[in-house]
Amino acid sequence: MTRAIALEINDRRYEAVVEPRTLLSDFIRHEVGLTGTNVGCEHGVCGACTVQLDEEPVRSCLMLAVQADGRSVRTVEALAGPDGQLHPLQEAFRETHALQCGFCTPGFLMSLESYLREHQDPDEHEIRDALAGNICRCTGYAGIVEAVDLAARRLRARTDAARGSKQ
Amino acid sequence: MKPARFEYDAPTELEEALALLARHGEDAKVLAGGQSLVPLLNFRLARPARLIDVNRVGELDYLRRRDGVLRIGALTRAASLERSRVVSLYWPLLREAVELSGHPQIRSRGTAGGSVAHADPASELPAVLTALGARFHVRSSRGTRTLRAEELFLGFLSTALEPDELLVEIEVPPVPPRTGTAIIEHARTHGDFAVGGAAAVLTFGQRGRCERASIVLLAAGPAPRRAAAAEASLEGRPTSAKNLREAAALAAAEVEAPFDREFRRALARELAERALTKALARAKEAA
Repeated sequence: MTRAIALEINDRRYEAVVEPRTLLSDFIRHEVGLTGTNVGCEHGVCGACTVQLDEEPVRSCLMLAVQADGRSVRTVEALAGPDGQLHPLQEAFRETHALQCGFCTPGFLMSLESYLREHQDPDEHEIRDALAGNICRCTGYAGIVEAVDLAARRLRARTDAARGSKQ
Repeated sequence: MKPARFEYDAPTELEEALALLARHGEDAKVLAGGQSLVPLLNFRLARPARLIDVNRVGELDYLRRRDGVLRIGALTRAASLERSRVVSLYWPLLREAVELSGHPQIRSRGTAGGSVAHADPASELPAVLTALGARFHVRSSRGTRTLRAEELFLGFLSTALEPDELLVEIEVPPVPPRTGTAIIEHARTHGDFAVGGAAAVLTFGQRGRCERASIVLLAAGPAPRRAAAAEASLEGRPTSAKNLREAAALAAAEVEAPFDREFRRALARELAERALTKALARAKEAA
């Protein structure tokens, strides 16, 4: 038994025929070919496969592709600009050594990008709380916490500048 | 791993979901938020022949407060409970519980009904709903029934729901005046399953006495249930630190654990005492 689905991924429409048991993570990687989303534990613990579904972070290994029918998905490939300009969060990750092997990074980025949209000025405790749903086995998290703080500051400055120019 | 093959239905209306359950209930599992079921499917610990996915039954996704009573549609996401002003204001225990359950990436999908129907004794929502005296509305093509927590939660991951039945609504009574609530748990890492925990609802009465107490321990036995002896020991007695400590010890004495029993009882006693103390402080604030 297969199903026809149509969904948006990174603002592009995809139509496909899938088995209901196909996980969203596998659909994104194997059918669509967007391999930025990594699959770690495949049972919702590690957070590596985190993507955004209608702007909310979700574990793509805990969703069926058929459940994303008619929805909008964002993956790590959507973060950088069309000219390859990195997102401020990605910039900050690079500058503060918030990644080593990089396997967990896409999941962190998609969780945190969503978090920073709702929390502009998190303190260290709140940042650690926000990244608790993602596991990193290399960095010890210190660099990641620093990166989120740096990115939040830059995003605030950018918002302030945008506000200032409107006045 | 990947899920084994299954038949799949995604009804968009409640009646359609109930008809599917009536026809296939014995061989089917209901898929709600999937945050517990999909890991089981991925590991092939669960291999249902059919999934009835209720995520598109939009009529089950609502939060309403009327006449002081909260009605939670079974498909309400944990994230919606967390963001609800009404929940924060009138049932802070629900919000506190949801914030302890999993991570934002889990709460964006996990549903209230799914958490209840999964009936994990370490899970926060079943515990606090039990403590708050919630009632659970169940539908099938045969009709409707309403269960109390004591009737719904039968044992480890098992409920009184029949194969053709669907949990459709959770009804939470108002928190009485002069009442404080709290949930405290211990997990090895933030957002992980609780190793132990306690939820307390405490009503402060005349002359510093406890008027009503409700205590539910997490991960303390096969199903969430109220610690009746501990509650009875408090009701009508002064809310002194000593009495709270005694009640916590009575609750902890009921902890059932196949291993680490001494540790789990010590943990339960400590966490129950903290939850009661916090609930009492909040009850005094509210009084």
